Amino acid sequence: MKTIQGAPGAKILAFGHYQPSKVVTNADLSATMDTNDEWIQSRVGIKERRIATAGESEIDLAVQAGGKALAASGLSAGDIDLVIVATCTLEAQIPNAAARVATRLGIEAPGAFDVNTACSGFCYALALANDAVRAGSAVNVLVVGTEKLSQWIDWTDRSTAVIFADGAGAAVVGPSDTPRIGPVVWGSAGDKADAIMIKDRDSFLRQEGQTVFRWATTALHPVAKEICERAGVDPADLAAFVPHQANLRIIEAIARRLGADKAVIAKDIVLAGNTSAASIPLALSRMVERGEVQSGGLVLLLGFGAGLTYAGQVVEVP
Amino acid sequence: MAQMTEQEILAGIGKIVNEITGVPASEVTPEKNFVDDLDIDSLSMVEIAVAAQDEFGVEIPDDQLKHLKTVKDVINFIQS
Repeated sequence: MKTIQGAPGAKILAFGHYQPSKVVTNADLSATMDTNDEWIQSRVGIKERRIATAGESEIDLAVQAGGKALAASGLSAGDIDLVIVATCTLEAQIPNAAARVATRLGIEAPGAFDVNTACSGFCYALALANDAVRAGSAVNVLVVGTEKLSQWIDWTDRSTAVIFADGAGAAVVGPSDTPRIGPVVWGSAGDKADAIMIKDRDSFLRQEGQTVFRWATTALHPVAKEICERAGVDPADLAAFVPHQANLRIIEAIARRLGADKAVIAKDIVLAGNTSAASIPLALSRMVERGEVQSGGLVLLLGFGAGLTYAGQVVEVP
Repeated sequence: MAQMTEQEILAGIGKIVNEITGVPASEVTPEKNFVDDLDIDSLSMVEIAVAAQDEFGVEIPDDQLKHLKTVKDVINFIQS
């Protein structure tokens, strides 16, 4: 049997992101449930979040973000031969998101699949894109994280309604002479599967906040360090750290133990909420847009969430 | 290893609470309720439980943690 030769490495060519226009503030939530701005900001660090309208689907969000990333990459739709969508909030199980997103963007007949590892999904998808380019399974890959969590939230449950939000972020990955996406470190803790779950099709998302908080603040900083080690990058040399935007206190707890003294720490959650698989590309794309990290800067990504699952890698900013 | 005295455990808890929440260790006395008296939230309680595990070698799981309302409750749990 013949094999094919892939590229020596892969790189991110461009980012794109999209947030729905509807802003929901803590004051808005306080009007309909027993919560307040001080409580929300001190527990999770969120000031406001974006929520999609009834007519705006997770596919629409993905098309917006993916289209921006594609335009910024300088490639045309015809150059993309694989589309991977990370999402855990599709309205229906069938069909998948990736094929619909591809068609809406004019990408003809690419490989198209979804990844569901919830909040760690983008890092899993990015790792698969990196592997596909290096193995020769694909040349250029569109990777999208998109979520419409609002359709799986009980809007009378103050423990989840204040946290989760909608949005999308995307990256275009292509071949490179040298590796500009580092090796992935991934894993899971299925013994804690009950900690974050949607029990069945008639249920809403529920979360055991303390269990997740304990796991995230104790198990993940060694993972962050291992990701840097595998990439051969000293945390002190990181330009930015973009963890999943789960909770500001988790973000700060992991960052404190990482030793990334020069790194900009993504705190996109403050204005975007927790958008699960979309949070990392959304935060990083916005960070690049604001000029907080320069081209060539090394960024540590760390996704973690329901499963429980985690994954991360170091990437170079295009 | 000799059993730690209540005073030793209290001092250890006071130090942990101060490091995590900024509440002065002197205010951490046995009768104090973490939530009502010391204004400590559920996430800080998790951080305190994790630090207590390192300090005293006693694991405090989440399902036990919710029953530990006062400083004395934690002392009793560590001594038990």
